Amino acid sequence: MAAVETSVDQVWAWLADVPDPEIPVISVVDLGIVRGVAFDDGSGACVVTITPTYSGCPAMQVIAEDVENALRARGLERVRVDTRLSPAWTTDWMSEAGKAALTGYGIAPPVQQVIDISGLRNGVKRHAIRQPDVACPHCGSMHTRLTSQFGSTPCKALYQCLDCREPFDYFKCH
Amino acid sequence: MDANQAKFDYLLRQADNALILSQQLSQLCGKGPALEEDMALTNVALDLLGQTRMWLSYAGELEGQGRDEDRLAYLRDTREFRNVLLVEQPNGDYAQVMVRQFLFDTWHYFLMRGLLASSDKRIGEIAEKSIKEVTYHLRRSGDLVVRLGDGTDLSHAKMQAAVDELWTYAGEVFLYDAVDQAMQAQGIAPDPELLRAAFLNHVADVFEEATLTMPSPEGYMQRGGKQGRHSERLGYILAEMQFLQRAYPGVEW
Repeated sequence: MAAVETSVDQVWAWLADVPDPEIPVISVVDLGIVRGVAFDDGSGACVVTITPTYSGCPAMQVIAEDVENALRARGLERVRVDTRLSPAWTTDWMSEAGKAALTGYGIAPPVQQVIDISGLRNGVKRHAIRQPDVACPHCGSMHTRLTSQFGSTPCKALYQCLDCREPFDYFKCH
Repeated sequence: MDANQAKFDYLLRQADNALILSQQLSQLCGKGPALEEDMALTNVALDLLGQTRMWLSYAGELEGQGRDEDRLAYLRDTREFRNVLLVEQPNGDYAQVMVRQFLFDTWHYFLMRGLLASSDKRIGEIAEKSIKEVTYHLRRSGDLVVRLGDGTDLSHAKMQAAVDELWTYAGEVFLYDAVDQAMQAQGIAPDPELLRAAFLNHVADVFEEATLTMPSPEGYMQRGGKQGRHSERLGYILAEMQFLQRAYPGVEW
Protein backbone atom coordinates (compact mmCIF):
# COMPACT_ATOMS: atom_id res chain seq x y z
CA MET A 1 0.00 0.00 0.00
CA ALA A 2 1.34 3.44 -0.86
CA ALA A 3 2.27 5.81 1.90
CA VAL A 4 -0.35 8.50 2.42
CA GLU A 5 0.12 12.11 3.30
CA THR A 6 -2.10 12.92 6.18
CA SER A 7 -2.63 15.38 9.01
CA VAL A 8 -2.58 15.04 12.76
CA ASP A 9 -6.30 15.90 12.83
CA GLN A 10 -7.02 13.12 10.40
CA VAL A 11 -5.16 10.62 12.59
CA TRP A 12 -7.16 11.73 15.63
CA ALA A 13 -10.35 11.19 13.64
CA TRP A 14 -9.25 7.70 12.67
CA LEU A 15 -8.32 6.86 16.25
CA ALA A 16 -11.80 7.93 17.34
CA ASP A 17 -13.01 4.81 15.52
CA VAL A 18 -10.75 2.45 17.47
CA PRO A 19 -12.85 0.83 20.21
CA ASP A 20 -11.67 -0.13 23.66
CA PRO A 21 -11.25 -3.93 23.52
CA GLU A 22 -13.07 -4.52 26.82
CA ILE A 23 -15.83 -1.93 26.43
CA PRO A 24 -16.34 -1.64 22.68
CA VAL A 25 -18.94 1.18 22.85
CA ILE A 26 -16.25 3.66 23.82
CA SER A 27 -13.25 4.61 21.69
CA VAL A 28 -9.70 4.86 22.94
CA VAL A 29 -9.92 8.62 22.31
CA ASP A 30 -13.15 9.06 24.32
CA LEU A 31 -11.58 7.03 27.12
CA GLY A 32 -8.70 9.50 27.27
CA ILE A 33 -6.03 6.89 26.59
CA VAL A 34 -4.58 8.65 23.53
CA ARG A 35 -2.43 11.49 24.82
CA GLY A 36 -0.78 12.69 21.66
CA VAL A 37 -0.39 12.32 17.92
CA ALA A 38 2.64 13.65 16.09
CA PHE A 39 4.82 12.97 13.10
CA ASP A 40 8.46 12.25 13.82
CA ASP A 41 10.56 14.84 12.00
CA GLY A 42 13.34 12.42 11.27
CA SER A 43 11.68 9.19 10.23
CA GLY A 44 8.31 10.66 9.30
CA ALA A 45 6.67 7.97 11.41
CA CYS A 46 3.31 8.68 12.95
CA VAL A 47 3.84 8.53 16.72
CA VAL A 48 0.79 7.87 18.87
CA THR A 49 1.32 8.31 22.61
CA ILE A 50 -0.97 6.31 24.86
CA THR A 51 -1.19 6.03 28.62
CA PRO A 52 -2.27 2.97 30.60
CA THR A 53 -5.55 3.08 32.50
CA TYR A 54 -4.52 0.69 35.26
CA SER A 55 -0.93 -0.48 35.40
CA GLY A 56 -1.95 -4.14 35.20
CA CYS A 57 -4.74 -3.77 32.67
CA PRO A 58 -4.27 -6.58 30.14
CA ALA A 59 -6.13 -4.53 27.50
CA MET A 60 -3.22 -2.12 27.09
CA GLN A 61 -1.20 -4.37 24.81
CA VAL A 62 -4.27 -5.04 22.69
CA ILE A 63 -4.97 -1.31 22.51
CA ALA A 64 -1.44 -0.59 21.29
CA GLU A 65 -1.83 -3.26 18.60
CA ASP A 66 -5.29 -2.04 17.63
CA VAL A 67 -4.05 1.53 17.24
CA GLU A 68 -1.16 0.43 15.08
CA ASN A 69 -3.30 -1.85 12.94
CA ALA A 70 -6.01 0.77 12.49
CA LEU A 71 -3.53 3.33 11.19
CA ARG A 72 -1.80 0.85 8.92
CA ALA A 73 -5.19 -0.09 7.49
CA ARG A 74 -5.65 3.61 6.62
CA GLY A 75 -2.43 3.53 4.66
CA LEU A 76 0.10 4.84 7.17
CA GLU A 77 3.21 2.75 6.76
CA ARG A 78 5.34 3.95 9.63
CA VAL A 79 3.49 3.90 12.92
CA ARG A 80 4.95 3.86 16.39
CA VAL A 81 3.03 3.60 19.66
CA ASP A 82 4.74 5.09 22.71
CA THR A 83 3.59 4.68 26.30
CA ARG A 84 3.66 7.57 28.74
CA LEU A 85 3.08 7.17 32.48
CA SER A 86 2.91 10.79 33.55
CA PRO A 87 0.57 12.56 33.97
CA ALA A 88 -1.23 9.44 35.10
CA TRP A 89 -4.49 8.59 33.38
CA THR A 90 -7.62 9.84 35.07
CA THR A 91 -11.30 9.32 34.35
CA ASP A 92 -11.52 13.13 34.27
CA TRP A 93 -10.19 12.78 30.71
CA MET A 94 -13.17 10.75 29.60
CA SER A 95 -15.28 12.66 27.10
CA GLU A 96 -18.97 13.46 27.61
CA ALA A 97 -19.75 11.41 24.51
CA GLY A 98 -17.85 8.52 26.05
CA LYS A 99 -19.80 8.79 29.31
CA ALA A 100 -23.10 8.83 27.44
CA ALA A 101 -22.06 5.75 25.47
CA LEU A 102 -21.21 3.92 28.70
CA THR A 103 -24.62 4.68 30.17
CA GLY A 104 -26.30 3.40 27.02
CA TYR A 105 -24.26 0.22 27.36
CA GLY A 106 -25.41 -0.36 30.94
CA ILE A 107 -22.28 0.89 32.71
CA ALA A 108 -22.65 3.87 35.03
CA PRO A 109 -19.95 6.41 34.12
CA PRO A 110 -17.68 8.03 36.75
CA VAL A 111 -19.79 10.62 38.55
CA GLN A 112 -17.30 13.04 39.98
CA GLN A 113 -14.03 14.73 39.33
CA VAL A 114 -11.31 12.63 40.82
CA ILE A 115 -10.68 13.34 44.46
CA ASP A 116 -8.20 11.82 46.84
CA ILE A 117 -10.17 9.04 48.50
CA SER A 118 -7.44 8.12 50.94
CA GLY A 119 -8.93 10.37 53.60
CA LEU A 120 -5.44 10.78 54.95
CA ARG A 121 -4.81 14.38 54.03
CA ASN A 122 -5.54 17.48 56.05
CA GLY A 123 -6.53 15.55 59.13
CA VAL A 124 -9.70 14.21 57.51
CA LYS A 125 -10.60 10.94 59.17
CA ARG A 126 -10.51 7.84 57.06
CA HIS A 127 -14.23 7.17 57.13
CA ALA A 128 -15.22 10.75 56.36
CA ILE A 129 -14.97 10.27 52.60
CA ARG A 130 -18.42 10.24 51.06
CA GLN A 131 -19.29 7.47 48.63
CA PRO A 132 -20.39 8.87 45.27
CA ASP A 133 -24.08 8.93 44.36
CA VAL A 134 -24.30 6.67 41.34
CA ALA A 135 -27.33 6.67 39.04
CA CYS A 136 -28.65 3.34 37.79
CA PRO A 137 -27.88 3.20 34.04
CA HIS A 138 -31.09 1.20 33.49
CA CYS A 139 -33.80 3.20 35.27
CA GLY A 140 -31.97 6.37 36.34
CA SER A 141 -32.74 5.89 40.03
CA MET A 142 -30.24 7.36 42.50
CA HIS A 143 -31.28 4.70 44.99
CA THR A 144 -28.29 2.41 44.45
CA ARG A 145 -25.71 0.67 46.58
CA LEU A 146 -22.17 -0.58 46.18
CA THR A 147 -22.02 -4.38 46.26
CA SER A 148 -18.36 -4.92 45.38
CA GLN A 149 -15.41 -2.56 45.21
CA PHE A 150 -14.06 -4.52 42.26
CA GLY A 151 -15.80 -5.86 39.18
CA SER A 152 -15.13 -7.62 35.91
CA THR A 153 -12.24 -5.33 34.93
CA PRO A 154 -9.83 -3.25 37.04
CA CYS A 155 -11.68 -0.04 36.13
CA LYS A 156 -15.09 -1.06 37.43
CA ALA A 157 -16.99 -1.67 40.67
CA LEU A 158 -20.31 -3.48 41.10
CA TYR A 159 -23.49 -1.72 42.15
CA GLN A 160 -27.10 -2.69 42.51
CA CYS A 161 -30.16 -0.56 41.89
CA LEU A 162 -32.53 -0.73 44.86
CA ASP A 163 -35.52 0.31 42.75
CA CYS A 164 -35.35 -1.77 39.55
CA ARG A 165 -33.17 -4.32 41.40
CA GLU A 166 -30.77 -4.67 38.47
CA PRO A 167 -27.07 -5.11 39.21
CA PHE A 168 -24.74 -2.95 37.13
CA ASP A 169 -21.12 -2.00 36.58
CA TYR A 170 -19.85 1.37 37.72
CA PHE A 171 -16.79 2.88 36.04
CA LYS A 172 -14.76 4.00 39.05
CA CYS A 173 -13.34 7.49 39.39
CA HIS A 174 -9.62 7.14 39.02
CA MET B 1 28.35 1.51 47.31
CA ASP B 2 28.11 1.95 43.55
CA ALA B 3 25.23 4.35 42.90
CA ASN B 4 23.74 2.33 40.07
CA GLN B 5 23.98 -0.89 42.07
CA ALA B 6 22.16 0.76 44.97
CA LYS B 7 19.42 2.04 42.71
CA PHE B 8 19.10 -1.34 41.01
CA ASP B 9 18.68 -2.96 44.41
CA TYR B 10 16.16 -0.34 45.44
CA LEU B 11 14.10 -0.93 42.29
CA LEU B 12 14.19 -4.68 42.90
CA ARG B 13 12.86 -4.13 46.41
CA GLN B 14 9.84 -2.24 45.10
CA ALA B 15 9.32 -4.79 42.33
CA ASP B 16 9.70 -7.85 44.52
CA ASN B 17 7.36 -6.60 47.23
CA ALA B 18 4.66 -6.10 44.62
CA LEU B 19 5.46 -9.31 42.77
CA ILE B 20 5.50 -11.67 45.74
CA LEU B 21 2.35 -10.20 47.27
CA SER B 22 0.68 -10.39 43.87
CA GLN B 23 1.64 -14.04 43.56
CA GLN B 24 0.33 -14.80 47.04
CA LEU B 25 -2.98 -13.08 46.33
CA SER B 26 -3.25 -14.87 42.99
CA GLN B 27 -3.05 -18.18 44.82
CA LEU B 28 -6.34 -17.26 46.48
CA CYS B 29 -8.14 -16.95 43.15
CA GLY B 30 -11.29 -19.02 43.39
CA LYS B 31 -10.82 -19.45 47.13
CA GLY B 32 -12.03 -16.07 48.41
CA PRO B 33 -14.54 -16.23 51.27
CA ALA B 34 -17.11 -14.43 49.09
CA LEU B 35 -17.34 -13.64 45.41
CA GLU B 36 -16.71 -9.94 46.02
CA GLU B 37 -13.60 -10.73 48.04
CA ASP B 38 -12.37 -13.13 45.42
CA MET B 39 -12.62 -10.44 42.76
CA ALA B 40 -10.99 -7.88 45.01
CA LEU B 41 -8.03 -10.14 45.80
CA THR B 42 -7.34 -10.89 42.18
CA ASN B 43 -7.82 -7.28 41.10
CA VAL B 44 -5.35 -6.12 43.71
CA ALA B 45 -3.00 -8.87 42.54
CA LEU B 46 -3.36 -7.58 38.98
CA ASP B 47 -2.60 -3.99 39.97
CA LEU B 48 0.48 -5.14 41.87
CA LEU B 49 1.62 -7.21 38.91
CA GLY B 50 1.32 -4.18 36.63
CA GLN B 51 3.37 -2.15 39.08
CA THR B 52 5.93 -4.96 39.24
CA ARG B 53 6.40 -4.74 35.49
CA MET B 54 7.14 -1.02 35.62
CA TRP B 55 9.72 -1.50 38.39
CA LEU B 56 11.38 -4.54 36.85
CA SER B 57 11.57 -2.99 33.39
CA TYR B 58 13.34 0.01 34.84
CA ALA B 59 15.65 -2.20 36.92
CA GLY B 60 16.57 -4.25 33.86
CA GLU B 61 17.29 -1.16 31.75
CA LEU B 62 19.38 0.37 34.51
CA GLU B 63 21.41 -2.79 34.95
CA GLY B 64 22.11 -2.92 31.21
CA GLN B 65 22.85 -6.65 31.18
CA GLY B 66 20.01 -7.56 28.87
CA ARG B 67 17.74 -8.84 31.63
CA ASP B 68 14.15 -7.83 30.93
CA GLU B 69 11.20 -7.94 33.30
CA ASP B 70 10.53 -11.61 32.56
CA ARG B 71 14.08 -12.74 33.17
CA LEU B 72 14.21 -10.81 36.41
CA ALA B 73 10.91 -12.26 37.60
CA TYR B 74 11.40 -15.85 36.51
CA LEU B 75 15.12 -16.51 36.59
CA ARG B 76 16.33 -15.17 39.92
CA ASP B 77 16.62 -17.47 42.92
CA THR B 78 15.54 -16.74 46.49
CA ARG B 79 18.74 -15.04 47.61
CA GLU B 80 18.40 -12.53 44.78
CA PHE B 81 14.88 -11.52 45.80
CA ARG B 82 14.65 -8.28 47.76
CA ASN B 83 11.10 -8.32 49.11
CA VAL B 84 10.39 -7.75 52.78
CA LEU B 85 9.46 -10.80 54.87
CA LEU B 86 5.93 -9.47 55.43
CA VAL B 87 4.76 -10.25 51.90
CA GLU B 88 5.99 -13.85 51.98
CA GLN B 89 4.05 -14.67 55.14
CA PRO B 90 1.53 -17.47 54.53
CA ASN B 91 -1.97 -16.68 53.31
CA GLY B 92 -3.34 -18.42 56.41
CA ASP B 93 -6.90 -17.46 57.33
CA TYR B 94 -8.65 -14.41 55.96
CA ALA B 95 -7.72 -12.31 58.98
CA GLN B 96 -4.05 -12.94 58.20
CA VAL B 97 -4.60 -12.10 54.54
CA MET B 98 -6.28 -8.81 55.39
CA VAL B 99 -3.91 -7.73 58.16
CA ARG B 100 -0.92 -8.46 55.93
CA GLN B 101 -2.61 -6.47 53.17
CA PHE B 102 -3.49 -3.55 55.40
CA LEU B 103 0.02 -3.26 56.86
CA PHE B 104 1.49 -3.45 53.37
CA ASP B 105 -1.01 -1.04 51.82
CA THR B 106 -0.46 1.56 54.52
CA TRP B 107 3.30 1.54 54.07
CA HIS B 108 2.95 1.29 50.29
CA TYR B 109 0.66 4.31 50.18
CA PHE B 110 2.96 6.57 52.18
CA LEU B 111 6.02 5.36 50.29
CA MET B 112 4.39 6.13 46.93
CA ARG B 113 3.40 9.55 48.21
CA GLY B 114 7.01 10.13 49.20
CA LEU B 115 8.30 8.86 45.87
CA LEU B 116 6.14 11.35 43.97
CA ALA B 117 8.83 13.87 44.88
CA SER B 118 11.71 11.54 43.99
CA SER B 119 14.71 13.13 42.33
CA ASP B 120 14.59 10.22 39.87
CA LYS B 121 12.00 11.22 37.28
CA ARG B 122 11.05 7.72 36.25
CA ILE B 123 10.57 6.56 39.84
CA GLY B 124 8.32 9.58 40.36
CA GLU B 125 6.29 8.61 37.30
CA ILE B 126 5.87 5.01 38.45
CA ALA B 127 4.78 6.29 41.87
CA GLU B 128 2.31 8.68 40.24
CA LYS B 129 0.81 5.80 38.28
CA SER B 130 0.76 3.44 41.26
CA ILE B 131 -0.57 5.68 43.98
CA LYS B 132 -4.10 5.82 42.60
CA GLU B 133 -4.34 2.05 42.69
CA VAL B 134 -2.64 1.85 46.07
CA THR B 135 -5.06 4.41 47.51
CA TYR B 136 -7.97 2.23 46.48
CA HIS B 137 -6.29 -0.84 48.00
CA LEU B 138 -5.74 1.00 51.26
CA ARG B 139 -9.35 2.20 51.42
CA ARG B 140 -10.55 -1.34 51.02
CA SER B 141 -8.16 -3.09 53.40
CA GLY B 142 -8.74 -0.42 56.05
CA ASP B 143 -12.51 -0.88 55.71
CA LEU B 144 -12.17 -4.63 56.12
CA VAL B 145 -9.88 -4.36 59.12
CA VAL B 146 -12.55 -2.23 60.79
CA ARG B 147 -15.43 -4.50 59.79
CA LEU B 148 -13.70 -7.67 60.93
CA GLY B 149 -11.98 -6.19 63.98
CA ASP B 150 -15.13 -4.50 65.20
CA GLY B 151 -17.29 -7.43 64.08
CA THR B 152 -18.22 -10.56 66.00
CA ASP B 153 -16.27 -11.94 68.95
CA LEU B 154 -14.83 -14.58 66.65
CA SER B 155 -13.78 -12.21 63.88
CA HIS B 156 -12.28 -9.85 66.44
CA ALA B 157 -10.29 -12.66 68.04
CA LYS B 158 -8.98 -13.82 64.68
CA MET B 159 -8.01 -10.30 63.66
CA GLN B 160 -6.20 -9.64 66.92
CA ALA B 161 -4.35 -12.94 66.58
CA ALA B 162 -3.33 -12.00 63.03
CA VAL B 163 -2.11 -8.58 64.18
CA ASP B 164 -0.06 -10.16 66.96
CA GLU B 165 1.32 -12.77 64.57
CA LEU B 166 2.30 -10.34 61.81
CA TRP B 167 3.34 -7.30 63.80
CA THR B 168 7.04 -8.16 64.00
CA TYR B 169 7.10 -8.12 60.19
CA ALA B 170 5.73 -4.57 60.00
CA GLY B 171 8.97 -2.82 60.83
CA GLU B 172 11.40 -4.14 58.24
CA VAL B 173 10.44 -1.52 55.68
CA PHE B 174 11.67 1.22 58.00
CA LEU B 175 15.01 -0.37 58.81
CA TYR B 176 17.22 1.51 56.39
CA ASP B 177 20.43 -0.13 55.25
CA ALA B 178 23.18 1.18 52.98
CA VAL B 179 20.96 0.92 49.91
CA ASP B 180 18.12 2.91 51.47
CA GLN B 181 20.53 5.45 52.89
CA ALA B 182 22.15 5.97 49.51
CA MET B 183 18.71 6.47 47.96
CA GLN B 184 17.66 8.90 50.66
CA ALA B 185 20.91 10.84 50.34
CA GLN B 186 20.27 11.30 46.62
CA GLY B 187 16.72 12.47 47.20
CA ILE B 188 15.36 9.36 45.53
CA ALA B 189 13.70 7.81 48.58
CA PRO B 190 11.83 9.56 51.40
CA ASP B 191 12.96 9.94 55.01
CA PRO B 192 12.22 6.67 56.87
CA GLU B 193 11.29 8.47 60.08
CA LEU B 194 8.58 10.52 58.37
CA LEU B 195 7.35 7.40 56.63
CA ARG B 196 7.27 5.45 59.87
CA ALA B 197 5.43 8.21 61.73
CA ALA B 198 2.75 8.43 59.02
CA PHE B 199 2.44 4.64 58.97
CA LEU B 200 2.06 4.28 62.73
CA ASN B 201 -0.39 7.16 62.87
CA HIS B 202 -2.71 5.62 60.30
CA VAL B 203 -2.42 2.09 61.67
CA ALA B 204 -3.23 3.41 65.16
CA ASP B 205 -6.31 5.27 63.82
CA VAL B 206 -7.67 2.25 62.00
CA PHE B 207 -6.90 -0.21 64.80
CA GLU B 208 -8.65 2.06 67.27
CA GLU B 209 -11.74 2.15 65.10
CA ALA B 210 -11.45 -1.62 64.67
CA THR B 211 -11.13 -2.10 68.49
CA LEU B 212 -7.82 -3.86 67.92
CA THR B 213 -4.82 -3.48 70.18
CA MET B 214 -1.71 -2.23 68.42
CA PRO B 215 1.45 -3.94 69.69
CA SER B 216 4.42 -1.79 70.59
CA PRO B 217 6.24 -0.41 67.57
CA GLU B 218 9.43 -0.34 69.63
CA GLY B 219 9.67 -4.11 70.01
CA TYR B 220 11.86 -6.48 68.04
CA MET B 221 11.26 -6.45 64.30
CA GLN B 222 12.11 -9.25 61.87
CA ARG B 223 14.57 -8.35 59.15
CA GLY B 224 16.59 -9.82 56.31
CA GLY B 225 14.29 -9.96 53.29
CA LYS B 226 15.57 -6.72 51.80
CA GLN B 227 19.07 -8.17 51.84
CA GLY B 228 17.97 -11.48 50.32
CA ARG B 229 17.71 -13.56 53.52
CA HIS B 230 14.26 -15.10 53.32
CA SER B 231 12.10 -17.63 55.06
CA GLU B 232 11.83 -21.12 53.63
CA ARG B 233 8.45 -20.18 52.31
CA LEU B 234 9.78 -17.94 49.53
CA GLY B 235 11.33 -20.99 47.90
CA TYR B 236 7.92 -22.61 47.58
CA ILE B 237 6.36 -19.43 46.23
CA LEU B 238 9.07 -19.12 43.59
CA ALA B 239 8.90 -22.83 42.77
CA GLU B 240 5.29 -22.40 41.73
CA MET B 241 5.72 -18.99 40.11
CA GLN B 242 8.82 -19.88 38.13
CA PHE B 243 8.02 -23.50 37.28
CA LEU B 244 7.22 -22.99 33.62
CA GLN B 245 10.32 -20.96 32.76
CA ARG B 246 12.54 -23.30 34.76
CA ALA B 247 11.11 -26.47 33.20
CA TYR B 248 10.77 -25.07 29.68
CA PRO B 249 13.33 -22.25 29.36
CA GLY B 250 12.25 -19.47 27.03
CA VAL B 251 8.78 -20.89 26.42
CA GLU B 252 6.21 -18.39 25.14
CA TRP B 253 2.50 -18.53 24.51
